[in-house]
Amino acid sequence: MSMKFEGRDILSIKDFSVKEIMHILKTAKKMVPAAKGERRDESLRGKVLATIFFEPSTRTRLSFESAMSRLGGRAIGMADPEASSLKKGETLADTIKMAESYADVTVLRHHHMGAARLAANFSAKPIINGGDGAGQHPTQTMLDLFTIWTEKGKIEGQKVALVGDLKYGRTAHSLSYALSLFGAKLYFVAPPTLQMPKEVVDDAKVGKVRPKLTGDLNDVIGKVDVLYVTRIQKERFPDPQEYQRVAGLYKVDVGLLEEAKKDLIVMHPLPRVNEIHPSVDGTHHARYFEQAFNGVPVRMALLALILGAVE
Amino acid sequence: MRELRVTPIKNGTVIDHIPAGMALKVLKILGITEESSDSTVSVAMRVTSKKSTLKDIVKVEDRELLEKEVDKIALVAPNATINIIQNFNVKQKHKVELPEVAKGILKCGNPNCITNLREPVETEFVVVSKSPVRLRCVYCERDLENIVDAIT
Repeated sequence: MSMKFEGRDILSIKDFSVKEIMHILKTAKKMVPAAKGERRDESLRGKVLATIFFEPSTRTRLSFESAMSRLGGRAIGMADPEASSLKKGETLADTIKMAESYADVTVLRHHHMGAARLAANFSAKPIINGGDGAGQHPTQTMLDLFTIWTEKGKIEGQKVALVGDLKYGRTAHSLSYALSLFGAKLYFVAPPTLQMPKEVVDDAKVGKVRPKLTGDLNDVIGKVDVLYVTRIQKERFPDPQEYQRVAGLYKVDVGLLEEAKKDLIVMHPLPRVNEIHPSVDGTHHARYFEQAFNGVPVRMALLALILGAVE
Repeated sequence: MRELRVTPIKNGTVIDHIPAGMALKVLKILGITEESSDSTVSVAMRVTSKKSTLKDIVKVEDRELLEKEVDKIALVAPNATINIIQNFNVKQKHKVELPEVAKGILKCGNPNCITNLREPVETEFVVVSKSPVRLRCVYCERDLENIVDAIT
């Protein structure tokens, strides 16, 4: 794979090499002052980003809009595409062709897997996958990697536990693949009903280290450098009783963290429900709000790279 | 003298080395089960092969196979051979070969895959392993669990 980013789609983390991801992370680091509003950057002035979200989103959408604004560009979006286009029977292919004529780049969130790749087939302009159902969410993975890299100095060799809904959580799937690619050591902590799908475990063997699976958070809390907690997603459960049974199985609180390494960091893609007790927020372990902020510089880097404002 | 179970054909195609029991799938792929089909077909099932394992054979008269049909046969019978017969002689013989990418011949088994919506695209699968055959959808990135049933 070449290191050319201009015009490229961002569809799946699997489309990127370690070298390319590192280039994105380094570019993102340079974006931090502008992301905080401490420096003005007008490198995407006159450029338009279309946000087409068929599923609700707070962080992804806001941080993309913020990222575009911080680079001097504009973001346009549909208020409720579900109500407008889809109800009229429009195909996604047609919606995307329309967006292509209004904007320079489109970020798409859709409830069906592979929607972004399909969209890319119908658009000559870059498509960014903002999450496709239970599939991929590559920009989330990149901001997760950015958080670990900036906090720990490197990703290789870090011991990372992914906790919670590993079966349905797309964040955990893409991240485990990427961490493995970077040579991190992985622990998958989930009850048997919510463990990683076999394909994802197989994919996580791309690195040298095989992931370890466990149902007990106490097995790993003293060993790991990063605790990545995910929400048990109610909307992905076919059976509400099953949801009740497993929700709240893993609760991270101050008591649990007493067993942890001093420099353990706790991450969470947010929103959280009750997986992390609010008392953890004030500890030196908590990094989830920094992680949420990191979505802005990482998305700024991606927009600047694919629109050719930086190399 | 050796007795032939199925008599030689004058012109057409012989598909040999089909895994035992898969001949009916091959017939389905060739559309021979459709009423509109007018090809004469002979099928031999669970025949002992030279390697003394069981195999199926399908002979279709006066017909050559389309590339898409051969690709589909490769999915259910990865070791099959295709013999093109002209005037009782084998004019051409070749093994089927799994394509690198299977385009427009399978339906994705994942109900949440975008290709199962009313979108104007052909399905696309990459072959991630040839033995056993494992196919991954280019769109949803999930492996196809039941290849035979997914053939369109």
